[in-house]
Amino acid sequence: MSYLVLDKLKKRFKNEIVLDGASLDVERGETVVVFGPSGCGKTVLLRLIAGINEPDSGTVHIAGQEVTYLAPEHRDVGMAFQNFALYPHLSAFDNIASPLSARGVGRAEIERRVHEVAGLLKIDHVLHHLPKALSNGQKQRTSLGRALAGNPGVLLLDDPLRNVDAKLRYEMRLELPRVLKAFETTVIYVTQDYKEAMALGDRVAVLMGGGFRQVDRPAAIYKDPDGTDVARLFGDPTVNLVPGEIREGAVTALGARFPLAGRLADGACQVAIRPESITVTLDAASPGGAMPIDLGIGETTHAVPVELDAVTPLNVRAVMLLRTVDGRELLATCSEDEASRLPRGHGQGQAHIRAADLLLFDPGGRRLRPGERQ
Amino acid sequence: MERQTTTGRVVRVMLLTLVGLFFLFPIFWVLLMSFQTNQDILRIPPSIFFEPTLGNYKALISGRLESTAGVLEIRFMNNLMNSVILAVSSVALSLLLGIPAAYAFARFKFRLGEDIAFTLLSFRFAPPLLVLLPLAIYFQQMGLIDTYIGLIWVYQLITLPLILWIVRGYFEDISEDIEHAYRLDGNGWFKTFLHIAIPLAKPGIAAATLLSFIFAWNNFVFALILASADKQPVTVGALAFVTASGIQYGQIAASIVLSVTPTLLLALYAQRYLVEGLSLGAVKG
Repeated sequence: MSYLVLDKLKKRFKNEIVLDGASLDVERGETVVVFGPSGCGKTVLLRLIAGINEPDSGTVHIAGQEVTYLAPEHRDVGMAFQNFALYPHLSAFDNIASPLSARGVGRAEIERRVHEVAGLLKIDHVLHHLPKALSNGQKQRTSLGRALAGNPGVLLLDDPLRNVDAKLRYEMRLELPRVLKAFETTVIYVTQDYKEAMALGDRVAVLMGGGFRQVDRPAAIYKDPDGTDVARLFGDPTVNLVPGEIREGAVTALGARFPLAGRLADGACQVAIRPESITVTLDAASPGGAMPIDLGIGETTHAVPVELDAVTPLNVRAVMLLRTVDGRELLATCSEDEASRLPRGHGQGQAHIRAADLLLFDPGGRRLRPGERQ
Repeated sequence: MERQTTTGRVVRVMLLTLVGLFFLFPIFWVLLMSFQTNQDILRIPPSIFFEPTLGNYKALISGRLESTAGVLEIRFMNNLMNSVILAVSSVALSLLLGIPAAYAFARFKFRLGEDIAFTLLSFRFAPPLLVLLPLAIYFQQMGLIDTYIGLIWVYQLITLPLILWIVRGYFEDISEDIEHAYRLDGNGWFKTFLHIAIPLAKPGIAAATLLSFIFAWNNFVFALILASADKQPVTVGALAFVTASGIQYGQIAASIVLSVTPTLLLALYAQRYLVEGLSLGAVKG
């Protein structure tokens, strides 16, 4: 049995069903990022694990013991809240020491453990301050420190980087894995930011429509999403979705025919193309056209005539807005270097799409995998 | 903020002084009166120059009022003590009952919860005199008339709803997540109530305590009907200064000064809790 097991959790508030049979197994020491659009029930899920709310049905097991209706204080769970929820009348030190003093740990040991955690989080210099005297970043670290200090079996992090500024968020994204490793604790991390999910999770669990839509390693979720809804959540700029048609072992989309690696039943489908799977060359007639590109050896690409509508530089990458002959918009990315050679404004060209990168979905948005039996 | 001109500042100070004088003048005048004899007080035109006397205070403290008509026993110090006992005990009992109740109303949704809370508030709507007559009869039968316990019980009508409703609002303003965090640290709900909810609601508790103390201290009708001379608070006891030989303004003034002092001191002490912020910036909005 896994360390943390959620089994068919259901929860409704008034008439709104928030969770409808959510199940998840988390191994000991694993970090699972729960990711989903806002309002999908991520925070409710954490509250059910923490014991702040009780589910309408379903069970929660921690370390082999059923805790579904157990009070929060008996669960061996730590939680960092999105709004920090620090005790305003206690110093940062006492905030972090709280789970230790609740367990009757001796004064000297508390002193040692708090300084250890604070050192790891780089807040040892502000321990005597009250929360109101701390910056947002320090508050966030204090709340994280408090959750960690008791060395809980399960650590719940509710979007802890939501309320801190961009620089700090970036820093913490690099630092958190190191801190969490040091505690070897089982972590459920909730976020709305797909980059955070990819950066921090051993696995990512996509929560949608009241249940887990897909649970997998970050790279697998990106490369091999189960549905268009999952594909759309990951990636910036978002994936291109175009209608296509499967016929005789090939898919036709955007006027080009892409051969399929395996067999699929004939019929209408949706084709997802990641922006980085599209390489753009401009026609010689256009200003700045006919620039050389390297498509890599052995890759099959298919050219689709497009009009280049706009180029948006995003520091190391640039996003291009393309328009196909029938007026469909496509997003593509390239390096800033390449983008600097593109003309400002419009240009005619070809979009080369790597056939191997295409993801196919049925009209209802479910994934079609070539070779699978239909 | 705009920079003030010198004239602006002077006008501001003058206006503030004027307002302050307007409100403080009665207190100042009563203080002067308490050091004057009845003759000085009733002199026309009144003057702020007089020969101060401690006679009024002496009479109050010794309990002997000497006038032209003879010597009159008054029990002012006894009344003052009664006021202290009644107000302090009533407020203490209300805090003991009201704070946990306020917490329950703020945090837990239970059947008829809102109705019960409103019923408690509605005690403040009823005209006291309407309740008092039946209450006096009941108290007579129950042997509660003219006892501290009976009066403290009736005083709950004044203090309990006030404390309940003010403190409830403060409890509701505390982020529930702060309490959840404390529970997750490994503390039960009662420890959470004691160590998180109460300290954070302290400004509200202080305000409610002060207000209900003032209301209890100033109560007149309940004690007038339900208590006899030896259980009377100062508010009722002051009636004794209306004597056959005239109204003893000097003693009345002195008794006002003495009876206002405890409330005033309490207000000054509680003031710093009243202004202290509630959430102290620990929760990001």
